[in-house]
Amino acid sequence: MGAGHGHRLHFHAHSPLHRAQPHHKLLGLIAFMLVVVATPQDWFGAFAGYALVVLVAVAVSRVPVRYLLKRMVIEVPFVLFAVLIPFVALGPKVEVLGISVSEPGLLAAWGLLAKGTLGVLASLLLAATTEPVDLLEGLRRLRAPDLIVQIMGFMVRYLDVVTAELSRMVTALRSRGCDPRSPKHWPVLARSLGSLFIRSYERGERVHLAMTARGYTGRMPDGLTARSHP
Amino acid sequence: MHVPDGFLNAPTSVATGAVAVVGISLALRGARAELDDRTAPMAGLVATFVFAGQMMNFPVAGGTSGHLLGGALAAVLAGPFTAVLCLSVVLIVQSLLMADGGVTALGTNITLMGLIGVGVGWLVFRGLVAVLPKRIASVPPAAAIGALVSVPVAAAAFVLLFSVGGEAPVALDRVLTAMVGWHVLIGLGEAAITGLVVGSIVSVRPDLVYGARRFIAAPELEVRTVTATGGTR
Repeated sequence: MGAGHGHRLHFHAHSPLHRAQPHHKLLGLIAFMLVVVATPQDWFGAFAGYALVVLVAVAVSRVPVRYLLKRMVIEVPFVLFAVLIPFVALGPKVEVLGISVSEPGLLAAWGLLAKGTLGVLASLLLAATTEPVDLLEGLRRLRAPDLIVQIMGFMVRYLDVVTAELSRMVTALRSRGCDPRSPKHWPVLARSLGSLFIRSYERGERVHLAMTARGYTGRMPDGLTARSHP
Repeated sequence: MHVPDGFLNAPTSVATGAVAVVGISLALRGARAELDDRTAPMAGLVATFVFAGQMMNFPVAGGTSGHLLGGALAAVLAGPFTAVLCLSVVLIVQSLLMADGGVTALGTNITLMGLIGVGVGWLVFRGLVAVLPKRIASVPPAAAIGALVSVPVAAAAFVLLFSVGGEAPVALDRVLTAMVGWHVLIGLGEAAITGLVVGSIVSVRPDLVYGARRFIAAPELEVRTVTATGGTR
């Protein structure tokens, strides 16, 4: 369900939120969202408070509100789901604008929308104020497994290379009359994905050889980890 | 597709988070055996490939679209443990850098798409490969069926989680029917693309497909002695 995934969201600015330590921001986001998710749906005042917290954080971060709003489209498929809930949920019915809907379903839909929207906005704010490299650093300081952080590092580093390679392939396909969405053209599309895999894999082999040549033995060299353990 | 914050209550989210942590730590151990010190760069590039593959949309029904999840595909291409790591990293990056999938739902998403999606896809694939003729041509259809099964099973697992910690009072049997029915459709797209992609790679570089390695005969080293007359004996 849903559209393709957007591009990286970092918004360059100088603000206390941009300067904050990445692992503090990560912990803050996770703690804040856990509190939000644990709040009962009918504590409307609490949600107003959470919204205020997020809005203050947005104001402090100097990330334009429009920048964040535009990127909230990622929420759309699940908003549609939440809107459906009052019509399919169980429990006593109430009339809203002449339509009979489930009362607990209405509350549940509100809860999903409120929590989901707060989550998307807070996560967007983290992504907008934190460079991917700093985020990796934050994860490392939170004692995330070294291998996971390394894999993430490679993914973040080669994301643009590989997605650009894919978009060049799709452009080439389109210019030859292929419609990548049509099942008729799936075999062609699959061959492109196949060659994308082969190219990615071979790129990985070359990267590994280049790293081995520079002294890599399964851990990043000390020069890089020195920054992570000050 | 990615579960957002607030769909499941806090205890369920924390519990799936614990399951995800255990699953990832097992996969970390297993992936070393699949790739050794190449793990980080190789898994990183495979994860990037999975991410790029997920940008591919296909129409499902009624004007809506689905996108590739890639669990079974990654398992057949890179091995199940590496695939769990790749899918988990993709989900972490999507959640933290793209706000796609809630932070508190990260454990749920990793459990559903990483552990269950990859695990079911791989087990079905292995089961079929054991039954089908022992030829490399069996690999793409087995991968396709693995992908077909993995998607609705992950959806059913989501409904199960929803029945334990869901935040909405809905009739579970109806949700189950709707979710599984819908995801069978997505699974068909997933199966077609997985089978075709694996097929195209198997025909060019079968040595890169983890699930096909057992079918590639290792070339034997031949040692021939050359006689004075020039011919070989």
